[in-house]
Amino acid sequence: MNRVIDWVDARYPLMKNMREHLTEYYAPKNFNFFYFFGSLALLVLVVQILSGIWLTMHYKPDAKLAFDSVEHIMRDVHFGWLIRYMHSTGASLFFIVVYLHMFRGLIYGSFKGPRELVWLVGMLIFLVLMAEAFMGYVLPWGQMSYWGAQVIVNLFTAIPYVGPDLAEWIRGGFSIADPALNRFFAFHVVALPIVLILLVAVHLIALHEVGSNNPDGVDIKKNKDDNGIPKDGIPFHPYYTVKDIFGAVVFLFVAAVIIFYLPTMNGYFLEHDNFKPADPLQTPAHIKPVWYFGTFYAILRAVPDKLTGVVLMFLAIALLFVLPWLDRSKVRSWRYRPIYKQMVILFTISFVVLMWLGGKPATATYTMFAQIFTVIYFAFFIALPFVSKWEKPKPVPERVTK
Amino acid sequence: MSTDSVNPNRRRILNWTAGVVGAVGAGYAAVPFIRSMSPSAAVQAQATETVDLSKIEPGQRITVMWQGKPVWVVRRTEEMLATLESSEVVDQLKDPESAASEQPEFAANPFRARKPEWLVMIAICTHLGCIPSYKPEPGGNFWSGAWEGGFFCPCHGSGYDFSGRVMAGSPAPRNMAVPFYEFLSDSEIRIGQPAG
Repeated sequence: MNRVIDWVDARYPLMKNMREHLTEYYAPKNFNFFYFFGSLALLVLVVQILSGIWLTMHYKPDAKLAFDSVEHIMRDVHFGWLIRYMHSTGASLFFIVVYLHMFRGLIYGSFKGPRELVWLVGMLIFLVLMAEAFMGYVLPWGQMSYWGAQVIVNLFTAIPYVGPDLAEWIRGGFSIADPALNRFFAFHVVALPIVLILLVAVHLIALHEVGSNNPDGVDIKKNKDDNGIPKDGIPFHPYYTVKDIFGAVVFLFVAAVIIFYLPTMNGYFLEHDNFKPADPLQTPAHIKPVWYFGTFYAILRAVPDKLTGVVLMFLAIALLFVLPWLDRSKVRSWRYRPIYKQMVILFTISFVVLMWLGGKPATATYTMFAQIFTVIYFAFFIALPFVSKWEKPKPVPERVTK
Repeated sequence: MSTDSVNPNRRRILNWTAGVVGAVGAGYAAVPFIRSMSPSAAVQAQATETVDLSKIEPGQRITVMWQGKPVWVVRRTEEMLATLESSEVVDQLKDPESAASEQPEFAANPFRARKPEWLVMIAICTHLGCIPSYKPEPGGNFWSGAWEGGFFCPCHGSGYDFSGRVMAGSPAPRNMAVPFYEFLSDSEIRIGQPAG
């Protein structure tokens, strides 16, 4: 075995990579619950790719055949139901994991220097993931697939001058039809997964270059022992590989319960209307996005003017990109930033309430609440540069705490 | 590599020239990929729909398909047109001026048409996308108020007049949409704008 490794090592930096990224990658020893979600996101990505490849073996990207081919997978293909529900449940779990992963970055200031690029690449992953999820949801060609796609692509018509032509180019037609389904399949199955995998690799390489942050937000590289190893660091392997395996087991247990007993999550993971074939002549009573787009959809609908609504929706995502430059505090973790902590809690509440509102019909009361929480959402970003400058942080310890 | 005899300015110009030429080449190479996503010739063939009006009797309605949507063409009689301005009808309307409704400039009038005789309208109820029924006869117990004739959606009970203007008491929010169309001659219209 050693001779094989030596042979490879003379031709490829195998052991060097192992050391740099696993056995001699020193991560802070005070990781907590929130640090499970990075590796879990990677796990879900692998599950999605595997289940996706197997679904492609039976799915037909044709407006006439798509819906029936999904039903064929559900009824006739051996274990087709399981693979399909793994994939559809996996999409929602992906977003749960990614939202918690992003929340972790927010509360412990992991987006701040020197990890700005880690954050930026992570936001790009989030963006591609949303496109991937949207296009994937269109493929079963149910009512919600069709009308959701219609609504989302029509958003582009709000862009002045080029909007209508752009929407037509995206669809490859005058309304959502076979050409759109076919290209969404190409993007969902080939183009975006490649981009996603590349971005994940860059995300990890960038992270390992600067090192992991921790719940205290202190720099562990400042305190090294005689061998140059951070005193508060422990090698990723075996310490965190074991921890992450435990997290993965718990996660897979929860995922299995959902896949076996609640695959549609009462219309939250797979909407009821999507079990009816797409019908261009019949609009569903209530067009709503899947839960993970709720926040941005609620912001879109909160504004009576279409263009402003679209702009605000994109701004809600764009502002997250520039977070490292909006936050001017020298301290990272919310543990030592009492006002920032209040702001993050308020922001998170508004994010979750908007997410819930996005799935509700646009009645006057709901719209009023959506407007209030949209203001809170944006107030976080507007206040951050000032508050972070002016806030007096608590003393930050030299070494990590428990 | 020897750098003794390097002229940095010349090298910079060469680098930039090579870069720009490469970028232009990449730009041209992108054209077929971008263009291939535009509506194909087969799709463009459905961009417009030409309708022969000569065989439509006064008061008759025909349905044609345009861009995957059903479109009505109605030849309205003088009596039908008269209802559009009667107070019986106008007082019932939610949006008599079509201010909040979808139509081309030329149809923003009580007839919602280029020529009052010909109504061309997308046959989709603005409530939930059902297809309304044609109810040209006045009177009828399906409508709570006075019914002078028009369209009635059986799904959730939305009433429209002969111009597709929605009546108060309907769940539908707006008047039915009018597509863009042109008269090619007195007896022929083309629905939609030719692509390209």
